[in-house]
Amino acid sequence: MNKLISLISGIVFGIGLLISEMVNPAKVLGFLDLFGNWDPSLAFVMIGALIISSPLFHVIKKREKPIFVEQFNYSNNKEINNKLIIGSALFGAGWGLGGLCPGPAISSIALLNINSITFVFAMFIGFYIVKFFNLSKTS
Amino acid sequence: MNIVNFTPFTATLGGMIIGLAVVIFFFFNGRLVGISGIASNALTEKDNKFDNILFLLGLIIGPIIYSLFSSKEINITISNSIILLIFAGLLVGIGTRVSGGCTSGHGISGIGRFSLRSIIATITFMVVGILTVLIKSFI
Repeated sequence: MNKLISLISGIVFGIGLLISEMVNPAKVLGFLDLFGNWDPSLAFVMIGALIISSPLFHVIKKREKPIFVEQFNYSNNKEINNKLIIGSALFGAGWGLGGLCPGPAISSIALLNINSITFVFAMFIGFYIVKFFNLSKTS
Repeated sequence: MNIVNFTPFTATLGGMIIGLAVVIFFFFNGRLVGISGIASNALTEKDNKFDNILFLLGLIIGPIIYSLFSSKEINITISNSIILLIFAGLLVGIGTRVSGGCTSGHGISGIGRFSLRSIIATITFMVVGILTVLIKSFI
């Protein structure tokens, strides 16, 4: 059953990205163009997501276990270090250049756009580089 | 600053659907959605590999299912520069894994739990994204 939930969560998430138009890089770049022609929509996407998820996180977290697996499994890392800042800055630069972050980039594969598929391919190479050189572990 | 293309209704609705997906995944499977983590682990880790692949598949199927039931045409505008997209993809791939999250992992799952680490990450990638778009506008 947990396999089915993984698929359903992905489908629902993808529909949300499409309805909110976050799959469109132009929409994301509009949000980041704060000093030019600003499109505040992305902030409303985050607020919409947090209104639903935040209160429910705090309720669900109090349960003994999730429904289909034996225990909750999420990082409780509280460390604020250089990696957090440098990694976020690199991500922000790539986000500002292309207008794509991982979720919308993967969802946009459905549109069979060769440019977004190229981006996803490069992104996966980036994931592999971090794994290969163990960049997420060393401080 | 001019406000343009602002779509508060679809942005909030899409965001709430994204929030619902995150809640479903947490309640049933005990995991927090972070798409850069799910995508990277699908590539490099054995744990939960099939779950991660199914989630990513869902992200791609979601928009396809939606478009079957909607007459609304989906248009995206993306950069034509392949070099820029490859560079942006590498930055996003490396940055999100070094900092341990992206717009979903830090921006929704992390902030939803009031994680200071994620709040700092989100502010960092947004500020750098805004600066990147600003610098681009001068080039």
